[in-house]
Amino acid sequence: MTEQEIYADLSAKFSDKIVELIEAETFNPTVVVAPAAITEVCHYLKDTETLNFNSLMNLAGHDTDGESDLSVIYHLHSTELDHYITLKAFTNRENSEVSSVANIYGTADWHEREAWDLYGIKFTGHPDLKRILLEEDWEGHPLKKDYVAAEFYRGMRIEKVK
Amino acid sequence: MGRLHAEEMILNMGPQHPSTHGVLRLKLRTDGEIVSHIEPVIGYLHRSFEKHAENLEYQQVTPFCGRCDYLAAMGSEHGYAMAVEKMMGIELPERVEYLRVIFAELQRIASHLVAVGTFGLDVGAITPFIYCFRERELILDLFEMASGARLLYNYIWIGGLAHDIPPGFVEKTYEFLDDFDKRIAEYNQILTGNKIFVERAADVGVLTPEVAINYGVTGPSLRASGVNIDLRRTQPYSIYDRFDFDIPLGEGAQGTIGDSWDRYYVRVREMEESAKIVRQALDQLPVEGDVKSAVPKRIRPPKGEIYFRSENARGELGYYIVSNGKNVPLRVKMRSPAFSNLSVINEIGHGWMISDVIAILGSLDIVLGEIDR
Repeated sequence: MTEQEIYADLSAKFSDKIVELIEAETFNPTVVVAPAAITEVCHYLKDTETLNFNSLMNLAGHDTDGESDLSVIYHLHSTELDHYITLKAFTNRENSEVSSVANIYGTADWHEREAWDLYGIKFTGHPDLKRILLEEDWEGHPLKKDYVAAEFYRGMRIEKVK
Repeated sequence: MGRLHAEEMILNMGPQHPSTHGVLRLKLRTDGEIVSHIEPVIGYLHRSFEKHAENLEYQQVTPFCGRCDYLAAMGSEHGYAMAVEKMMGIELPERVEYLRVIFAELQRIASHLVAVGTFGLDVGAITPFIYCFRERELILDLFEMASGARLLYNYIWIGGLAHDIPPGFVEKTYEFLDDFDKRIAEYNQILTGNKIFVERAADVGVLTPEVAINYGVTGPSLRASGVNIDLRRTQPYSIYDRFDFDIPLGEGAQGTIGDSWDRYYVRVREMEESAKIVRQALDQLPVEGDVKSAVPKRIRPPKGEIYFRSENARGELGYYIVSNGKNVPLRVKMRSPAFSNLSVINEIGHGWMISDVIAILGSLDIVLGEIDR
């Protein structure tokens, strides 16, 4: 199926939880989904026979400018039917909440932990949401564009980067 | 069950441990000798690749890519270069494409040699390791000849190569290939069918296709489970559609499909296939062509985003790149294959003995540099 057909299918099924289809300025046409609906949309994408998205290739957090909403991007692939779709969910910077897909895709477990670690995005329903690359007591989420490193970490001075 | 439950014990394997292939800690919950749960603790080699990338110009990111998967640096650079080229719509000279394939496949052989050798080492076979490193050395010599470096090359640039290959490179590569076929027969003799090795690896840590796909396991580890997905074939990039090669799959020749032995043997056979590709690419290599003719003066991809994936030695290497039209990327996310491959270890490793967990970990062939980035 093409991305347009998948978008039409999703819109018919989930109506207002599917926001729009972005085709400009991207090589992977992207369906914008309400952050709270990601879990059920992914369930549907994986379990419907004609869609059969059994593989989550990649999950990434993103921060555009340090002011607007954070986003999470899901790159999905069906290894059986060989079609692709990209999902995107926007979430508030301060009170970020996106529903977790860790129970649907095993890949998402660690990738969501990484997005929490580096962007501070909370994934509701994740079985064990904790930092993965940084230490538990690290302050802040470094990939946010407005991140300012603390002066010290466990008594060690953190070098300033320009 | 009628079995006495001994007290559970937490055992830390690593971060400094010879069989963890880097700086990795496995938190093992053990019940006697049996491991009931494995929790990998990663991040010891985190070097903030993605944060750095957001502060560097596009061409300055290339060397960092190589440092992530330091055993397959050519492949990492290749993937990154292709992603940016696709964003910018750069057409490459034929000679560049062929040379890139030659280097990427030689790198795959070198990386698999380490995987095969260290896996043998993990389960107690020391000699094959030395043999594998002997051949890897020859490949590193070739890389040194072309790029000046042995491990981290910064050779594949966006839009081309750092410089053309020196005179004598093609002949020396042919020489290596002629020799290499015999070497593979040697590994098979000394390790593949070795009874002790088979006992340690066959039937151990069986990875089923469903679990593999669900956890995003890719590359040889996925194909060992019998899943025929190789991006060089299923989604051909560069010029891979011009070569004739097979995709080795796990067949369960010594036990079950998807066991540790299959993961080992798929890599051995992939080396043969890569050698075949290198030979074809050398045969067809165009003589004419400036490898720098397509390198852009200013690298400013148009506003937009891309997810581009390629088949690196360990599996699907994806780059998610967001550009805002400036010379510095807004976001570079590396979807590293070993990160997802390692995440499956509890699924296939629990219920086995501690020594088997070491075999399973070895068969997954991880590189901590790209897991932690």
